[in-house]
Amino acid sequence: MTSRPTLAARQAGERLELAASGAWTVEHAQALEPLVEAASGRRQKVSRVAIDMGRVDRLDTFGAWLIERLVRAWRVAGLEATVVGLADHYRGLLSEVKNVNREPPPPARRRGHVTMLLENIGRAVGNTASDFAAIVHMLGETAVALLRVFARPATFRFTSVVHHLDRVGLQAVPIILLITFLLGCIIAQQGIFHFRRFGAELYVVDMIGILVLREIGVIMVSIMIAGRSGSSYTAELGSMKMREEIDALRTMGFAPVDVLVLPRILALVLALPILTFLGSMAALYGGGLVCWLYGGISPEIFVSRLKDAISLDHFAIGMIKAPFMALMIGLVACTEGLQVKGSAESLGLHTTASVVKSVFLVIVMDGVFAMFFAAIGK
Amino acid sequence: MAAREPIIRVRDLVVGFDTATVLDRLSLDVYRGEILGFVGGSGAGKSVLMRTIIGLVPKRAGSIEVFGIDLGEAGERLRRATERRWGILFQQGALFSSLTVRQNVQFPMREYLDLSKRLLDEIAMAKLEMVGLTPDVAEKFPAELSGGMVKRVALARALALDPEIVFLDEPTSGLDPIGAGAFDDLIGTLQRTLGLTVFMVTHDLDSLHTVCDRIAVLADGRVVVEGPIDAMLASDHPWVRDYFRGKRARVAAE
Repeated sequence: MTSRPTLAARQAGERLELAASGAWTVEHAQALEPLVEAASGRRQKVSRVAIDMGRVDRLDTFGAWLIERLVRAWRVAGLEATVVGLADHYRGLLSEVKNVNREPPPPARRRGHVTMLLENIGRAVGNTASDFAAIVHMLGETAVALLRVFARPATFRFTSVVHHLDRVGLQAVPIILLITFLLGCIIAQQGIFHFRRFGAELYVVDMIGILVLREIGVIMVSIMIAGRSGSSYTAELGSMKMREEIDALRTMGFAPVDVLVLPRILALVLALPILTFLGSMAALYGGGLVCWLYGGISPEIFVSRLKDAISLDHFAIGMIKAPFMALMIGLVACTEGLQVKGSAESLGLHTTASVVKSVFLVIVMDGVFAMFFAAIGK
Repeated sequence: MAAREPIIRVRDLVVGFDTATVLDRLSLDVYRGEILGFVGGSGAGKSVLMRTIIGLVPKRAGSIEVFGIDLGEAGERLRRATERRWGILFQQGALFSSLTVRQNVQFPMREYLDLSKRLLDEIAMAKLEMVGLTPDVAEKFPAELSGGMVKRVALARALALDPEIVFLDEPTSGLDPIGAGAFDDLIGTLQRTLGLTVFMVTHDLDSLHTVCDRIAVLADGRVVVEGPIDAMLASDHPWVRDYFRGKRARVAAE
């Protein structure tokens, strides 16, 4: 343990003598600062100041800086303080700190809260437009990459597509089945509970069939995949960008779109319809199970009612939406990933944005499809 | 000169990963106030030794004593107190990318000390100026700095709490010759001014010739030669001969 520092002041006429002792080091910096502040406050009738450092047994940059601050404070008041009795091996340290902090550091930029709020709103609106443009740009580049593959089929990255198909398709099957199964159960249970009042339990089958096949199957699976695979695409591409791997690819003559983006999007476009189909089946199964166990509708009645209620159209509509959702999720994920800047914070921001934007656009697209199908009378 | 006490004592250290043994009963002393250069082939285990001393890599056997404290036996509080007394400069800088330069240097101070904002800012700026940077660097982010500036900021952060030992992991790698020379001078000056002990893992022959007091060579998992540069030049160990008297070395020694 080093000794606690002290700063004793003695006024002899017009001479102020300060005696420092102890360890003027980082461990005691917290105690030192008020000592130094108190000493620099003594101004009355003082024309000379001497700081005796003879009894200081240890000194480091923290202590040296505080001494220098004291000297500068006196200098501002027009008095030159002299430091005496300093051990030889500390002289270098004191002369080192004489020259620091001469220029004021640049001020941290600060603006009024209201101005910042308005600026943020403005930026957000501007960013929305440029974000949309970036996604359209990525769509164009992906389309061109696809055409290049058609022109030269040998350059097709089959292994990469299969690898990503495995990751976003096959490995997602258990979780998709589980979630859609549970969702089917919930819809069925709620439907039966409320339809019971009108004695219309049987129509729950219609509701489950149409809802699951047309809307819920696609949306639930798309949202799950956006969270699971969209965020992983963004994080992968983002960390590659941070470590300059994308630049390295470019300099070797490869287009990142061909090597990284196209296989990922293709895998997603192939996997999502299959997952949607599996998810819809699982939801129907879950609904049927609940109808049987909770609603008293036996499986035979469930299936025959389902056959009457749904037509191929419902199934087709759900399946048609799936590849478009996949394309949207893939484009947003890859665009956000390639926009990541140099810091970990940027990676987190863009990964979040990727998931939020894909989910939002999936729902918007679903609305657009609903209008479309209504217009053509389906 | 008083009898020199070893500030770091490594005895019979064994470190390995899976089936491979990287350090095989290695013993080394680092004396207070010296600059020790630590060399060895790529992959020989130089960085592993440094990381084991500071506790990032577990050891299989042997003892490590820093400031006379056996780190293997020390409890949590004693370890933390010891960690405050050393600073580390990682090879790529390892600055926190979402903090400004000033916040990076202040990070250890905020963690361990309770000082006024004014003093924190002044000390941080002082440290930055002492490593040769100008005040306008303070509000920049690490992604906006050049390689040389990153190393200097990392050095300022390593020196934030006025440590007694500084570990440098290949500090001049990636720097141009002028920058590397300036960095060597900086280390030498700071070592004299602040009374530091410096443990420097390096490949840089110029650093070894100009600024290191002693050099230790790592080969086959242990220290094969140690001593001042003259001892290296006089050694008969084949690797040491190639390293210090090979073509590149002869050019550097001129």
